[in-house]
Amino acid sequence: MRRPLSYLGVNIFLALAALATLFPLAWMVSASFMTAGEASTYPPPMLPHAATLANYRLLFAEHGIVRQAGNSLFISLLATGLSLSFNLSAGYAFAKLRFKGRERVFRLLLGALVVPAQVTMMPLFLMLKEMRLVNTYVGALVPWLASVFGIYLVRQYALTIPDEILEAARMDGAGELRIFVLVVLPLLKPIVVTLAVLTFLGSWNDFMWPLIVLTDHHVQTLPVALAALSREHVQDVELMMAGAVITVLPVLLLFLLLQRYYMQGLLVGSVKG
Amino acid sequence: MKLSIAGWLFVAPALLAILVFFVVPVAAALLMSATDFDIYALADLHNVRFIGLDNYLQLLQRPLFWRALENTLFFVVVGVPLSIAVSLGSALLLNSRLAWFRGFYRTALFAPVVTTLAAVAVVWVFLLHTRYGLLNYALSWFGLHPVDWLGDPHWAMPAIVLLSVWKNFGYNMIILLAGLQAIPGDLYEAAQLDGAGAGATFWHVTVPALAPVLLMVSILTMAGHFQIFAEPYVMTQGGPAEHTVTVLYLMYEDGFKWWSLGSASSVAFVLFLFMLAFSFMQTRLTRAGST
Repeated sequence: MRRPLSYLGVNIFLALAALATLFPLAWMVSASFMTAGEASTYPPPMLPHAATLANYRLLFAEHGIVRQAGNSLFISLLATGLSLSFNLSAGYAFAKLRFKGRERVFRLLLGALVVPAQVTMMPLFLMLKEMRLVNTYVGALVPWLASVFGIYLVRQYALTIPDEILEAARMDGAGELRIFVLVVLPLLKPIVVTLAVLTFLGSWNDFMWPLIVLTDHHVQTLPVALAALSREHVQDVELMMAGAVITVLPVLLLFLLLQRYYMQGLLVGSVKG
Repeated sequence: MKLSIAGWLFVAPALLAILVFFVVPVAAALLMSATDFDIYALADLHNVRFIGLDNYLQLLQRPLFWRALENTLFFVVVGVPLSIAVSLGSALLLNSRLAWFRGFYRTALFAPVVTTLAAVAVVWVFLLHTRYGLLNYALSWFGLHPVDWLGDPHWAMPAIVLLSVWKNFGYNMIILLAGLQAIPGDLYEAAQLDGAGAGATFWHVTVPALAPVLLMVSILTMAGHFQIFAEPYVMTQGGPAEHTVTVLYLMYEDGFKWWSLGSASSVAFVLFLFMLAFSFMQTRLTRAGST
């Protein structure tokens, strides 16, 4: 007797929850196509009366959002590339290459995870200022070079590579670099994609450090530019929604495409004991 | 021997980067927090003086620091349990064999996690608008009066908690879902044989089995909540009446608006200490609870 009721209960709750998570995003998209001032009427409209691209045109033509979208894309792609080149070799070495002090260094690295990154922001800013790297892409990229999390992620995955494969390659006289590139990297492919997705999304969505180090309009990323714009244009709801769509849509699509890899990274990354 | 050198060469670039851009800055921040590094020092490094613990002592005398601490603790103490409760509830729903379209719901509930915080904060400013916001409109269906969410000192932080739960619960939901799926089925069968109801099964089978995951999730979520910054920066600029100034917001204003980098560093270390203390307490409490 209880069965049909439970069925209904579970599915109604799930539908309501999905409505709650998706509604703000759907409204953001809808309002971005409204004419100026339309969202500020009562009762609040759900759909545009006559859909228009005017807000997007304004953002592209007058607010130079193309430039900032380009900055975001460029910085995120570079951050991804850098993170891969630093973390893959280190993660693999911590898993599979025996060297003196390996375990101790790895434990120290994990210990560093408890320090919040914001502690480093003041000295890092000074350091970059001395090197004249404030308001440059390099300044924005510095925190993305290597990460303890990335190394950990790769190490956990690399642990599953059988030693026999590596030994066989060594018997054939292959050098360690050759083994890494030709044997190990292909085996690491899933975690390479995972780390790439996580880094790309992380740096695209990053806010505090870009806000500090990129104060010049021309080098700013989308989230920082959007925050600045929203302070000037408090009344222009529709324009702001168009800006939010441009900022959110790329990462949302990337996530939908590579969801499997993203979730895998999330689960590996969270089970640090 | 050869392997040992190879190993070090493989980790050297990453270790060097972490050393130069993380370890050294952390040490430098500790030093800076003991100096009066300000805008004059920024112009000429000779103006820096060592002042010991003065920054920390001055912090204790600033009303704004206590305000920021109170606001941040509110966000942590209210936001973390609420967020985890929503995560657990939705994980249980998703794990239910009765649920249809599980894959779709999993993605739909997780979607806010991958969105850009600064951008969805802008969206929420308008959803929370007193006159034209959809939240107040929905409340009006139930005969509730409009709330000035971001303008009323009593409601601003709760409104930010609401956004934060919406944005973040999907993350822990996925982790808890994996935890639920790892609970052996025979535990449930045994409970059923003993005639345990749904409630008893939840408290005596699910919760104990999930305890380690819950502990880890709560420590990570707490660390994340202590670092709240973008929400007040985008939505309220610390207002109304400083009721959304958080510790990191204070650090940002001290350091990068007024250029008191010494004082900002001391704020950062106080935050670090609080984060350490809370995760320690959480671990101890859980251990005490499980014995």
